[in-house]
Amino acid sequence: MKTGTIKQILLITDGCSNHGEDPVAMAALAREFGITVNVIGVMENDIIDEQGVREIEGIARQGGGVSQIVYSQVLSQTVQMVTRKAMTQTLQGVVNQELRQILGNQASLENLPPEKRGEVLEVVDELNETVDLEVLILVDTSASMKHKLPTVKEALLDLSLSLNARMGNNQFSLFIFPGKGNEVEKLLDWTPKLESLTTVFAKLNPSGMTPTGPALKEAITYFKEKHSVRGYLSRHDDEFYEESI
Amino acid sequence: MMMNSMKSPFNFASGTIIQGKWHHNRYTIIRELGRGANGIVYLADWNGKKVAIKVSDNHVTITSEVNVLKSFTKAQGVSLGPSLFDVDDWIHNGSQISFYVMEYIAGTDLLTFIKQNGTTWLPVLISQLLTDLDYLHKNGWVFGDLKPENLLVTKSPVKIRCIDVGGTTMQGRAIKEFTEFFDRGYWGLGSRRAEPSYDLFAVAMIVINLFYPKRFQKHGVGIEQLKKAIQDVKELRQYRPILLKALAGKYSSATEMKKELLKLIHFPSAHHQTTPKYQTNKNQRAQTNNTRTRRKKQKNKHGILETILIVAIVCIIYAVYIFEQIM
Repeated sequence: MKTGTIKQILLITDGCSNHGEDPVAMAALAREFGITVNVIGVMENDIIDEQGVREIEGIARQGGGVSQIVYSQVLSQTVQMVTRKAMTQTLQGVVNQELRQILGNQASLENLPPEKRGEVLEVVDELNETVDLEVLILVDTSASMKHKLPTVKEALLDLSLSLNARMGNNQFSLFIFPGKGNEVEKLLDWTPKLESLTTVFAKLNPSGMTPTGPALKEAITYFKEKHSVRGYLSRHDDEFYEESI
Repeated sequence: MMMNSMKSPFNFASGTIIQGKWHHNRYTIIRELGRGANGIVYLADWNGKKVAIKVSDNHVTITSEVNVLKSFTKAQGVSLGPSLFDVDDWIHNGSQISFYVMEYIAGTDLLTFIKQNGTTWLPVLISQLLTDLDYLHKNGWVFGDLKPENLLVTKSPVKIRCIDVGGTTMQGRAIKEFTEFFDRGYWGLGSRRAEPSYDLFAVAMIVINLFYPKRFQKHGVGIEQLKKAIQDVKELRQYRPILLKALAGKYSSATEMKKELLKLIHFPSAHHQTTPKYQTNKNQRAQTNNTRTRRKKQKNKHGILETILIVAIVCIIYAVYIFEQIM
């Protein structure tokens, strides 16, 4: 099996969007482009309201990803776990697709006898280790997030540490919303190392609006741009996972 | 602290019967043994035999843990993890729950054991653990999520056993599962790539954890904080050299660490052993000094004997040479 690229958007927020397009619809759109959307809801002492929780879960469900609501103290471990779990989920989707092609419509990993399942899972594990990964991180920087941002930064450095232990290549980029003057602002272009974040995050300027939907839309556009540029440069099989999900 | 679906949602009462879909074995749940992020472990009865069953709504977790346990069985002989008996699915209320059945290991967790039986056991158990880890590493694996909760101590014989293999990772890959306090990445002291030194770091942290049962969070520079933590406890200080070496990732194998650990243990001389425990430190020091000087004297005697012997041999050779010249 040829290894392709997994594309993920990682949204870190602490509540409801209040501006622009419906984020759940934008997540659904992302999925159509073969991009998985994961959401992490960060709590401090406050509790995220029910509407916020519903939105967070909705975005991840529509975006084919994983969602998790956590206290900021355990953010580091959660961020890397959610990212890896979503990777596995995507790869399993691919494997199930292959199985259906070989064994017919009813086949899936779950329906195999335990012995066979083990063998297939070894393939998934192998892919998990070697596949290339692109993560676009979207950080909510509205006023209520202000004092959580140092923890977010730490969690992202930790994510980079975890993912860079893999054999496959990683690319990260970082956007914040709302940005300066704009709804969304790019802080970091595609880079294999998130360590460069240390300087970048100091610039943050938390404000009141939460345009989650527009931020997701911008993220999709950014992914598309990257891949169209790359398409000219080399014929990659990046589209592989898009088709199979 | 996680509030979402990752925690296992079910809760089975004792007496519940788990029946496998593929192999048709029946297990009767006795009680819950523990639960984690990836599933619940139950004590169960299987034809009069006590077994441990891990159930999870996530079949991937079950399958990958089974893969690890199977490869342990292949590398037989050493009791690394619990031995594996069965893997199956159970159809419960229309949904499929995956489970595997393993040997039930009765014991106390490491922290409790040391609390009850004293730190005399510490070097013994850590040495046992290093023996097992060495074997694991030689077979191409790294344990990953090494922590006191995943280590049980059995009663007779007293033996440390690893029980949760969920974090076990093939060497060279990225660590699958970890706990921050025991993770060198968290302390800024290395990568999360699976290599023997990753586990050995965790072993050092386990030793520290034994004296800081509540653990602590990272503030500032990781290594400085850990050094201070070791320095602050008298009993920990005696393990300082190996702890620092393990924290710095300088051990290439578990055996190497084990050897140095055992070297650190002071055995009182035979003469010394008869002295009662309450003897003052001063006296002890005086005694060790005594033995040291005696040994030195013996060494000196050896030296003199050696010199005499060499001079004698040279004399003889010279005599023979002169003798030959004359002839």
